[in-house]
Order: sequence, then structure tokens, then C-alpha cells
Amino acid sequence: MTKTTQLCTFFLDNLFLGIEVENVQEILRHQEMTRVPLAPPVVAGLINLRGQIVTAIDLRRRLELKPRAYDPLPINIIVRTPDETVSLLVDEIGDVLDVSDDDFERPPDTYRGGVRELIQGSYKLPNRLLLFLDVDKVVDFTVMD
Amino acid sequence: MIDAIRDHFESLETTGEESSRDRTALFNQLNALPVENGERIKDEESQSKTESVGGHSYPDLSVLCQDLNEKASHPQVSIANSPSANSHVCQDTNPPASANPQTSNSTSPSPITNSAIRVDVNLLDKLMNLVGELVLCRNQILEFANQQAVNAEHDDAFKSASGRLNLVTSELQEGVMKTRMQPIRTIWSKFPRVVRDLAVSLNKQVQLEMEGEETELDKTLIEAIANPLTHLVRNCLDHGLDTPDMRIAAGKSQVGRLLLRAYHESGHVNIEVSDDGKGIDLENLKQKALQQGIITPTQALHMTEQEALHLIFLPSFSTSETVTNISGRGVGMDVVRANIERISGTIDVESRLGQGTSFKLKIPLTLAIIPTLIITSGGDRYAIPQVNLLELVRLDREQAEQRIEWFHGTPVYRLRGNLLPLVYLNQVLQLENNTGVQESSGIGKTSNAKKQSLIPEQEDETINIVVVQATEKPFGLVVDVINDTQEIVVKPLGKPLKSLACFAGATIMGDGKVVLILDVQGLAQKTLITSPEKEKALVNEDSQSVNSTAIPQQLLVFHAANQRRLAIPLSKVSRLEEFPRDRIEYLGDQEVIQYRQHIMPLIHLSAVLSNGYSEFQVRDRQSEISEDKQPVIVVSLQGDKQVGLVVDQVLDIVEQGINIKGVSPQKAILCSAVIQGKVTEIIDVHALIEQGLSVVKPMLV
Repeated sequence: MTKTTQLCTFFLDNLFLGIEVENVQEILRHQEMTRVPLAPPVVAGLINLRGQIVTAIDLRRRLELKPRAYDPLPINIIVRTPDETVSLLVDEIGDVLDVSDDDFERPPDTYRGGVRELIQGSYKLPNRLLLFLDVDKVVDFTVMD
Repeated sequence: MIDAIRDHFESLETTGEESSRDRTALFNQLNALPVENGERIKDEESQSKTESVGGHSYPDLSVLCQDLNEKASHPQVSIANSPSANSHVCQDTNPPASANPQTSNSTSPSPITNSAIRVDVNLLDKLMNLVGELVLCRNQILEFANQQAVNAEHDDAFKSASGRLNLVTSELQEGVMKTRMQPIRTIWSKFPRVVRDLAVSLNKQVQLEMEGEETELDKTLIEAIANPLTHLVRNCLDHGLDTPDMRIAAGKSQVGRLLLRAYHESGHVNIEVSDDGKGIDLENLKQKALQQGIITPTQALHMTEQEALHLIFLPSFSTSETVTNISGRGVGMDVVRANIERISGTIDVESRLGQGTSFKLKIPLTLAIIPTLIITSGGDRYAIPQVNLLELVRLDREQAEQRIEWFHGTPVYRLRGNLLPLVYLNQVLQLENNTGVQESSGIGKTSNAKKQSLIPEQEDETINIVVVQATEKPFGLVVDVINDTQEIVVKPLGKPLKSLACFAGATIMGDGKVVLILDVQGLAQKTLITSPEKEKALVNEDSQSVNSTAIPQQLLVFHAANQRRLAIPLSKVSRLEEFPRDRIEYLGDQEVIQYRQHIMPLIHLSAVLSNGYSEFQVRDRQSEISEDKQPVIVVSLQGDKQVGLVVDQVLDIVEQGINIKGVSPQKAILCSAVIQGKVTEIIDVHALIEQGLSVVKPMLV
């Protein structure tokens, strides 16, 4: 009996990423943002989510990918963590997938990059790898700066 | 009798139970009090007490209620002094429930049993949030109504509707806010006992007077000011009031007077704590500050009365000769001020020698909704809390050129004869200007480059200065556009952004956009400290604000390089050594010495710091000074690497805050400061090693 997990998947640059679906509150089209001067560059801005102010995190910068081209506009994945609600900016949204824990594997030993701790591992899907993101660590970047 | 009640409660606390006879005895005692109003309330209160536990009149339960009452840490003196306060205390005992404060008002004509309900604080908070949303919604509708002004047909109906919405929302907001309001009596009620106990232990005679006890404040604010107020009261008793003998000698009545006064004024609550004691001796204050190295003699000379008075708010400053269990430790007033400022309040002090001292606190009514000024800078809007606002100044191009002057690269504006330091908001926030002329970092540029970008290019452009005050010294915030004043709902920033000192929070505007709220205090701290040029200007003008922020450091002071007085942070120093001159060896051109199984390179400070001297001259000079011993400061670098600094003479170790007086032209010098009354240059160790050890650097790394 293998355990399956439901992942909300999305695309970023040429990566195929997923987070646990329980963490996702909602998915929104591009929202108008207010920039925050002097904030770390990872912070894309603040958005108004029905009266609640939510910090938007540029996931490309967070994962040290190259900056986004202007078109198309990023999509907000509103994510809830124990501490707060944040928005992750991604390129494109994918399906919710059921993945089996049998297919999970830790990151390869040769994988370096400063973002190693953000990616828990990957699920080996038939045609490509689905990288499993650690939401709590993605959101917690005050330490980094 | 109060002590009797106290004993009674103490026994309650220890045993946890008690016979009902004792209680009736006590009630008889209480009823014997000559307060006619109080009797009625106590009776009703004892009824309501028993009702509140389900209509049963078991003595044990009401005893329990009293027990809780005691544990709520409200002093028992309130029972005797103010029966209404007692009734309030009793209602407040159940932790999840908050009593409706209005009911505690003994002057209220309505029957007490019906006018009080218990409401969960969480529910109130939720209600408060909802009303906040409603306020935002109203703003939105109002804006919409203004835009639709062209459409004449529906105009009137819509406007009246939105007008009504406006009215209703405001009223609702006020009403809900009131549910969280508590009279200031809740904290004042414990003061009579505090004052009496303290007066007895200090051998002083005090009469405590209170005015405006019914003034209401938000619950969170009441909690926040309780401790600072207590501290102020204790301070007034200990420092402010004089002893009976002194009072008689000064021709005053033997009994001192301590006045607590609270009143509403323009959306704020003012609280005054004043005494008619000996006042604050400004000269004494300055002397103490001089002794403790907080100010310099020149500063003391030029200090205004107000500035001198504000010395008492500096950290670790104390005028007291001895440390008692009441005061004298030098902590206190700075904490009081910090606490008051944390809730966006202000504190001011007035004093007349021989006549008394008065502290004035200005506290906002509530924290949730605040009036702000909306401004634009660098294309974005920001909100400035109106508490910090002093005035607005608008200059056209011509005036700007004349009136904005340059204090060695720092812009200042002459505001009614006083120099007002200017802070360009777009520079502080590192915003790109709309015109794109100016790079993000404005600091460290030549004044010419600054000047070009700061004077508006077009003829019709104006300069808007928002004069704000965070601490005692105001400064001018230059913004692009001044938009409007608006009441906004403060929303906290997310955790990763909490560390940004410049912003107090964010809010949502009428058009649904998020706008950041500027924290003027944080802004002041950032601008007045990080930029050395600006700091310099401020030091010369008023060193007080900068002084208060200087953190004491341990410095090693020594002579080197042609008897220059230099200092190095003691934390960088690992040892002081004296080597025989003949132990110095050479590694190429570099002087080295064998030290603890390592080859340690030596830096001649003279060589690095005096550009004109060749190394040989320097060496000759030094051999004259000391024949065979060479003092060396061993500085440890990362790892176990060490470098020796060759100096002439080690002088002293001092501990003090560095008041930066100037930027040094030399790279290896961090800054200069006045230490022990003499100008001393402080060495930047890393730059020094960079400069002095270019040859042997590979050896170290």
C-alpha cells in the first residue's frame, strides 16, 4: 500500500514544480502590486487580497532563475503557511496531480545551487521530473538576507 | 480597615476557602463606609455577582469570585477609594470575557444589572476588523461617487446614498471602537495605594489628585501605558517631590501635591503627571551628563532649556547619586519614552526649578484606524501618520533655489530662522526618480550631482516639504506630490518585511491599491545615522539626537605616526606586546617578527598614514623615540592569522560611544571622534591591512 500525495503543479522557466495542495489557498490571475522599497529583491510587492495584505514572492528570484520576461504576466498562487499567507509568483499553472511516494527521490548528490534546501526532492513522472518544493522554507527568507 | 480587607484576601488566597460569616462581617464593615453611592453599588454588585454564577447564592461561589478578584491583581485599596472601580474589577475577573466599561461608570443612571454583557474579546476584534473593511468600502464608494459627478441624473440619489453610508459607517466605527474603550480609571485606581506606600517609605507627604478619570482609551492602549504611567508616578514621588522640611523651607505647604490629569484633545488623549516639587535643575542635569560623557562642554553651553530637559530620556542617564530600590539605575525614562512611542504617542516634560515638574503624554485614541497624509514619491503613494506631522511647506522653483541651502553637501531649509535638515524620500527609499536622472544611491555623491537632480527641471515644478517630527528634532521630508489626508486602517506587514524599519504597516486605499505607511521614526533613524554627511550636519547643529544612539564601545587609544592620536576597537586587538628591536626580521621588503611559531607581518602605521614619509625616515624617527623596545598591537584576523601594528606608545583603554565628528580623508581612518576630550582618529582595521600589507597579503590569506 503506497501513500499518494496531491500536488499542485506549476511551471517556472523550464522547471516543473509542485507543492502540496493543502498549502494552496487559491490561485489568482495577475494582481496589481505595490513595490516595497528597500525590501529584499525576492519580494515582488504587496497585493490586496480582499482586504488582506499579502506579500508576493518572486519565485524566479527565490530559486535563482533568470528574471521573468514581461509577457505573460505571472500568476499568483496564494499559499498558507502556519505563520502567514503569501503569494508565489509563477509563470504558468499546471494540474493537480496524484503522485506516489514510491516515485519520490531525494535530490541527487551532485545537485548543488544555493537553493538546494528549498527543493525536497523529485517525483519521477513517466515523461519528466516533478520537483517538490518546501513551501515553509521558500517563504522563510529573512534568514537569507 | 484597608489592611483588614487585605488580610482577609490574603487568607482567602492561602486557604482558598472561608466561612460565610467572615464575609458578612466584612460586608458590614464595608457598608459602614460613609460613601452613600458606594453602598448601593456594592449591594447591587453582590447581587450581580451571585447572579453571574447562575442564580445560586452559594457563599463559596461568591467567595471564589472575590478570590478571582484578588488574583486579577487589582489592589484592594480601590474598594475603599472608589466603589465603582471595584464593581468594574469584579466584572473583569473572568479571563475570556471583557466587561463593558460603560457600566462601571457609577454616574450612569441605568440599572447596572441590565446594562452589562460579557463579550468575547476575540469577537470584538473580529467586529473591529469588519468595521475596518467597511471603512475601506466606504472610501471606495465615496471615490466612485466623486468620479460619477458627470452623470447628473442618478447623481443626487447616489450621492445621498453614499452620504448615508458614510454616516452609518462612521457611527458604527465609533460604536464598535467604544466597546474596546476603557476609562483610564482602570489603571489609576491602583495609584492611591502605590503613592501612599511610596510616600511612607520616602518620608514624604503627598496628596494625590486625579482629574478626568472617566477619559476613555482603547483597551490595548490602556494596557500599554499602565507601566510607563506607574513609572512616571514613582519618579515624580522620588525625584520630583521634596521632603516636608524642604517644602516648608521653600515656603510651600508641607503636603506635596501629585496631579494626574487626563482629557481628550483633537483625537488624542492627553495625560499629565505633574508635581509641585523641586523641579529639575538644568545645570545639575548638564553637569551629570558631562560627567557621564553623554555631552561635550560646548554642547552643554549651547543647549536650549528643552534640549537639556530631554537629557532625562537618554538611556543609562541618571541624576541620582545612589541607587535605591525605587530609582537611580538610569533605566526608566528611556524605556518610558520607548513604550509611549511604540504606541505612536509622544512624551514631553516641562519643569520649573522650585515649582514642579510636569510630564505630558499624548496618546492616540486607538491604534486600528489612524489619520494620515497621503503623499507621492517616485511614482508611488505612501501614508504618513498625522501624529508625526508638523506642517507642510511648498516652494516654487525660485524659492527653492534661494531657500534650500547646502550644509557641506547636505540640503537644509531655513524654516523661520532654524535650519531644517531635508531628507529626500525618493533617495532614502532608493526609488528611481520619474525623470530617471538620478541613480538609486544618493549617498556619497558630490553635492553638485545631488543639486542637479534635486532642483526641479521644469519652471512650474514645486518642491513639497513635509515637516515631520519623530523624536525631539524635526526634519523635512521632500516628496513629489502631497495628495490628501485620509483615515486609514493599519494592516501589519508580512513576517519577511517586518524588519524594514521604514514602514509601519500597509493599508488599502479607496481604489483598492496597497499603500505603505511610513514609520517616521524608523526613517529618521535610517537617514540620520547611515549617511555620514547628514550625520555630521546634525551633530554640529544638535548633537543630542545622535548622541543618544551612539553605542558605547571599548577603544584602545594609542600614539602612532608622528604622535597622532589614534584608536582601534578593542575587540579587534588580541594582545599588546613589546618586542626587542633586533627581533624584527625581513621578508622581502616586509618587516616581520617571529611570534608564537608564526611569522607575523608588521605594519608601520606611520608608513600607511603619513603619505609623505618614506619608510626609512619613519624608521629613523622611531628609533629615536625608543631605543630597543618596540610596542606592537597584535591584531587578529580571521582564522589564527595575526598582524602587528607598530605604534609609538599605547595610551589607554576607554569605553564610550563614538560621536563621529568628521569623515577622514584617509582611507585607513574610519572617522574621527572626540575621546577623552581630544580629537582621536579611529582606524578602519580592514582598510589599513588592505593598504599596508599589499605585499604580504597572500601570506595572510
